[in-house]
Amino acid sequence: MSNLLEIKNATLKFGGVTAVNDLTFSVEEGEVYAIVGPNGAGKSTVFNLISRFYDPYAGSINFDGNNLLDRNADAVADLGIARTFQNIELFDHATVLQNLLVGRHRHRSTNLLQEALFTSKVRREEKRHREAVEEVIDFLDLQPYRDKMIAGLPYGVRKVVELGRALASGPRLLLLDEPASGLSVEETQDMRWWIDDIRKQMGITVLMVEHDMGLVSGVSDRVLALADGAKLAEGTPAQVQSDPAVIEAYLGAGAA
Amino acid sequence: MEVLQLLVSGLANGCVYGLIALGFVLIYKATEQVNFAQGDFMMLGAFITLGLTNAHYMGLPFWVAAPLAIAIMAVLGYLLDFFVLRHLFGQSQTAVVILTIALGFVIRFIAGLIWTHEPQTLESPLAIGDINVGGVVLGMADVAVIVVTVLMTFFLYQFFQRTKLGLAMQAASQNQMAAYFMGIPVKRVQGMIWGLSGAVAAVAGILFASKGAIDPNAGLLGIKAFAAAVIGGFGSLPGALMGGLIVGVIEPFASRYFPAGYSQIAPYTLLLFVLVFRPHGLFSQVRTKKV
Amino acid sequence: MRIHFKTSYEHDIRLFPDRWSFLVYALLIVVAVLLPWLIDDFFLGEVTNVLIWAIAGLGLMMLTGQTGQASLGHAAFLALGCYSCIIFMEQGLPFLIAFPAAGILTGIIGTIIAIPAIRLHGIYLAIATMALSILADDIIVLMEPITNGVSGKFAPVINIFGIEIERWGTPDRFYWLVLVVAIICTLIYRNILRSPLGRAFAAVRDSEVSATAMGIHISRTKAISFGISCAITGLAGALMGFFSGIVTNETFSIVISITLLMMIVIGGLGSIHGAFFGAVVVAFLPQFLSLAKETVIGGGVAIPGLETGVFGMILILFILFEPMGIYGRWMKIRIWFELFPFARKDMFKRQKSYLKTERLR
Repeated sequence: MSNLLEIKNATLKFGGVTAVNDLTFSVEEGEVYAIVGPNGAGKSTVFNLISRFYDPYAGSINFDGNNLLDRNADAVADLGIARTFQNIELFDHATVLQNLLVGRHRHRSTNLLQEALFTSKVRREEKRHREAVEEVIDFLDLQPYRDKMIAGLPYGVRKVVELGRALASGPRLLLLDEPASGLSVEETQDMRWWIDDIRKQMGITVLMVEHDMGLVSGVSDRVLALADGAKLAEGTPAQVQSDPAVIEAYLGAGAA
Repeated sequence: MEVLQLLVSGLANGCVYGLIALGFVLIYKATEQVNFAQGDFMMLGAFITLGLTNAHYMGLPFWVAAPLAIAIMAVLGYLLDFFVLRHLFGQSQTAVVILTIALGFVIRFIAGLIWTHEPQTLESPLAIGDINVGGVVLGMADVAVIVVTVLMTFFLYQFFQRTKLGLAMQAASQNQMAAYFMGIPVKRVQGMIWGLSGAVAAVAGILFASKGAIDPNAGLLGIKAFAAAVIGGFGSLPGALMGGLIVGVIEPFASRYFPAGYSQIAPYTLLLFVLVFRPHGLFSQVRTKKV
Repeated sequence: MRIHFKTSYEHDIRLFPDRWSFLVYALLIVVAVLLPWLIDDFFLGEVTNVLIWAIAGLGLMMLTGQTGQASLGHAAFLALGCYSCIIFMEQGLPFLIAFPAAGILTGIIGTIIAIPAIRLHGIYLAIATMALSILADDIIVLMEPITNGVSGKFAPVINIFGIEIERWGTPDRFYWLVLVVAIICTLIYRNILRSPLGRAFAAVRDSEVSATAMGIHISRTKAISFGISCAITGLAGALMGFFSGIVTNETFSIVISITLLMMIVIGGLGSIHGAFFGAVVVAFLPQFLSLAKETVIGGGVAIPGLETGVFGMILILFILFEPMGIYGRWMKIRIWFELFPFARKDMFKRQKSYLKTERLR
């Protein structure tokens, strides 16, 4: 297996605070890789580095041989990287279907003039986008909500829609920022199966940040534990969970 | 010496702009709402004072009428928040912008009904002719405006630094959620900020009316004050005052030294330049949104 | 309620959701075409005015309703479209070339202006565009050699393949011209909405971060929206010029900018219907008020500021009680009838919303 995503010596500072400190890790093609760590460990910051919302102070980020640092935030999706957000960022005043269709944006090949006239090419493309989106809707059981506005949907469903939007873009790497936070036990279970299927059936590599250790050990191949923006431990879920440094970081020195 | 005269009259105008701009910024910082009717508040405050003190209307002594008018405007500001703006929570900024513009129309209409559209002068003790300082003739009203604004700024500063309410207002405008958890009644504090900016607008109105005649369209001055607020930086109170002074000073100099036609566009051209090159104003710092 | 059984993807892409609504709109267009024979010239002029305002409303709606960028300066683009169309025609270009060229020119200049402006968020953009509108007034005066300054320019007679069209001489022809433009603009608007670009607009409006993560270039998308918006507005401006016959620096004042923005809010932000509904209010309110004034206090008494005052009042009531505008109310009434007697009172309860801040300081 080859490395799909490589982060080397990444460092990021906000003012005097070092959010990510000389962090190096890589994600192999086809695996589920989880990042765990206490609040403020810099987990979401890593995602925002990959999404190019933040510029690293030092270090390199490579995706499938492309230097991500050469790209702007809106050019990351073109490589096949899709993500979800910790505090769901959906398009609230649009329907579920439209949200998922935005996921297809990177496959857009028509120009303004063609779209204003709605030429047959646009029509053909639209059909293709809709076919792709319907597959995602089927996969995530979103049929009942297809034409509903996001603003009126319950939290759990929004979470799924956001996953769907990322999937609709047909990514190679899926970044999930706390996919199970705020979900019920049943919803978390669903999420677990979906992540499994996303990897096995669709062959999409998954990088996720998650607090729920049950979910992490259930789906991930490898786990990276972060504390204060630096690597604490890396390995299989069992290895990381039994790592003394991790236990100490989680429970405090007194419990160790 | 001409320069000094232009400077003083410019500064006096600038103080009025600055005070209106201060009202915008107070509200913006506290509620993220933008009150496009602030200029009309100023006009309304002036007319209420005029209605209370002018012999033609109620004929109260000026020093009774002015505080009364300021108090009335403060109450109006609070009530406006209580009955209207509080219910817009969660609606888009555009909605609030348009609503306050519409409110300006309504205030102008009502003021026109009560006080007619004829320009009127406020019988103000501040308007007491000119003084001659070493050969330079300065309008007494201009000097008074500057003095009052300086005092007002000093008191506002003390209010925000030293009183409990002032500190609560600061807290609420910096982080609503945190302020709420600290036990500050955020909504009521926001209402009070609307009240405060109503009072500031009334002061600006009294000062403005002391300098010359006003009519209900005087509220359109708010647009210039708005430019001032942006030039200074929308998020900063001292910035708003500085912006007001800058716009105020540019105007007389532009009309003196630029060809006719170009002078009135000077403040807006400056505004566009600031927006293009320093979008957050000359006096503010920027941080980015966390995802 | 009409239930749509979707059997193919075509269903969602189609211009009309079902045969019924196709019939309704077809009927509407037939009535619109026959209108000159149904009403007298005065009312035809008023309807023409409504359509022109609606086109301008569509222009601003694209920017404000779809992309979420409030502009208080669209009168400047009305003016640009108007003056450029008249000047092109004075240079000898036929209307059929001058008119679209004016729209395209306005669109291009709008895009160029947008490039620095779109970096500005919400309120700053509103202020920048407001300054633009104020400046436009002065610039028209300063550019006297081209614009004739305060004395103004007369709109030439339109000539399409030998058919002369003039607002007063041939009001019916002018009406049809405006109707055709309105229909074309509506179709283009609708087409953009149902294609990727329209969705990108909505994405930019609702969440810039996730739009970026989906590969949407925020400033480019905003600039395109600005451009299309200005182009449509420019066309409306040209038509306004022909409608009023003479244009000066005061024809397109900041008040027009504000009225336009208020109009689409009253009509209903984010919908094509909204632009048309709002235009009806803007165009007919003055007539209605003067009629009401005559019956209540007798004619001859002028109340300055009455129109804007009442307009402002209506707007405040709408924002407070029906933020979705006339279109929102209309939808509710329609659904209520379609479901009769099963509509429940809480069906239209507003979703609880939270303050979503884009503020950085």
